Amino acid sequence: MSIKVRYFAGLKESIGRSEDRLDCVDLATVGDVWRCANPNKALPNNCLAAVNMDYVDLNSAVKDGDEVAFFPPVTGG
Amino acid sequence: MQITICPEVFDPWQALQAYQQSAQDMSGKFGATSIFIGTMRDFNEGDDVKGMTLEHYPGMTEKQLEKIVAKAFQHWPVIDALVMHRVGDILPNEPIVLVAVWTAHRAAAFDASRYIMEALKSRAPFWKKELLKSEAERWLVKNTGGY
Repeated sequence: MSIKVRYFAGLKESIGRSEDRLDCVDLATVGDVWRCANPNKALPNNCLAAVNMDYVDLNSAVKDGDEVAFFPPVTGG
Repeated sequence: MQITICPEVFDPWQALQAYQQSAQDMSGKFGATSIFIGTMRDFNEGDDVKGMTLEHYPGMTEKQLEKIVAKAFQHWPVIDALVMHRVGDILPNEPIVLVAVWTAHRAAAFDASRYIMEALKSRAPFWKKELLKSEAERWLVKNTGGY
């Protein structure tokens, strides 16, 4: 299983990376993806998640090839 | 319907005129156009702001905006819509966002444009980082309520 993980804005700055690639991993949910990529850091409470560019919650399932993103609340407009 | 992410400064008035003139299929059909333009201020939360960087998630931003506009078309009799949003480095007085909606009557134009704008504020993945006059930088934590 291979998952691309992306981070944006303040979250990207706080963890110091814009993306990770998780290969050869067995992950069930979006929350698992975060924990695998960031084992020593809890996802900030207000952060949002997306799979393949659609909003999801942390219990949503992931599959091979997915792009999972984590980011703070949006502030456009 | 057109959704454009603008990496450079844009003129919303010129864009509106060009879009309306090019949309021949709505000629004679619309009686109302509702326009919202968001512009960068030089102050926020009591501080002087001298610039801003707007980050976005390429691909997801367009996907979410398309969903928002499609929903407006489902809920109101919208003839056409134009959404433009800046990204990159922005200075005070530069436009950030344009939402324009063309309908036959004003109620749908007001309601649909308001819906698109509020949904954009809460769902479209853009993030603002302010550069203050003091040289400090800060990410905006959340958008203010629109109602």
